[in-house]
Amino acid sequence: MGLEEHIPRGILLTTMDKVVNWSRKSSTWPMTFGLACCAIEMMAAAAGRFDLARFGMEVYRASPRQADLMIVAGRVSNKMAPVVRMLYEQMADPKWVIAMGACASTGGVFNNYAVIQGVDKIVPVDIYVPGCPPRPEQLIEGIMKLHAKMQKESLRKS
Amino acid sequence: MESENSILARLKNKIPQSVVEVSEFRGELTVVVKREHIVPVCAFLRDDPELSFDFLSDLTAVDRLGRKPRFDVVYHSYSISRNHRIRLKVGVDEDQSVESVTSVWSGANWFEREVFDMFGINFENHPDLKRILMPDDWEGHPLRKDFPLTREEVMFTHNKNRPPKIE
Repeated sequence: MGLEEHIPRGILLTTMDKVVNWSRKSSTWPMTFGLACCAIEMMAAAAGRFDLARFGMEVYRASPRQADLMIVAGRVSNKMAPVVRMLYEQMADPKWVIAMGACASTGGVFNNYAVIQGVDKIVPVDIYVPGCPPRPEQLIEGIMKLHAKMQKESLRKS
Repeated sequence: MESENSILARLKNKIPQSVVEVSEFRGELTVVVKREHIVPVCAFLRDDPELSFDFLSDLTAVDRLGRKPRFDVVYHSYSISRNHRIRLKVGVDEDQSVESVTSVWSGANWFEREVFDMFGINFENHPDLKRILMPDDWEGHPLRKDFPLTREEVMFTHNKNRPPKIE
């Protein structure tokens, strides 16, 4: 929204904070970033049984310019790492990253030359969801924790 | 078996000077070939009407660290018309190179790029020898036995109080 630039310093906005954070968390649009097996569980979380649409997240934007949330679902190989970074930088602020699964969090079972040991070596991560793969309910729990984190954010530039 | 004996007989008749050793195990025929003669031997295997090995199934390498020559480049070939298989092995040392068989079987192109990427074995007269799996600026050859096995040091109780060594 770009609201942060328009607020002069030294002003405390509580109700404005609450409204803006509520609107941001209620319509977080994820980016389609399923890399490996965790993508299947992410699709299952978006499907009928564990609905992500009730959180406002049924719209998976393929373009990073239109997405708010990058759920890195799966292992990131050496060749994919610059691509992940480029897509993260193409996303507009405010943006968040969830590292889904063991491979995106720490490299998982693949402690070798081919896999980046955790996507937080390339992009800043807000929430780590462990599991191999995490069940859809675990991913939704991670998303709800992200919503709680979003709710605590402040528009005031500190 | 009948077909192995006839392949062996033809090999011994036509190219005895290139063959170092022949072995057979449960129907699988393995021929160790001299490094300099690999392309004529492969061309003979493909062009001979009785053998007609027209399909390269696999081209890989084995790192036998501590042995001279260090690497074994292994070729698996299959004859579609005759339904028999053969395995060729070539001993290559660290500073040696082996000639590319892309002139015989063009499917060897990416196999040889993978062997170059993973083991560092140079193939002469290859049309486009560069890394295929690792990024272009990667240093080292991952499937060699002296390349480190794990990327990040595994944390146990004896080393939990210091940060892990990475790569």
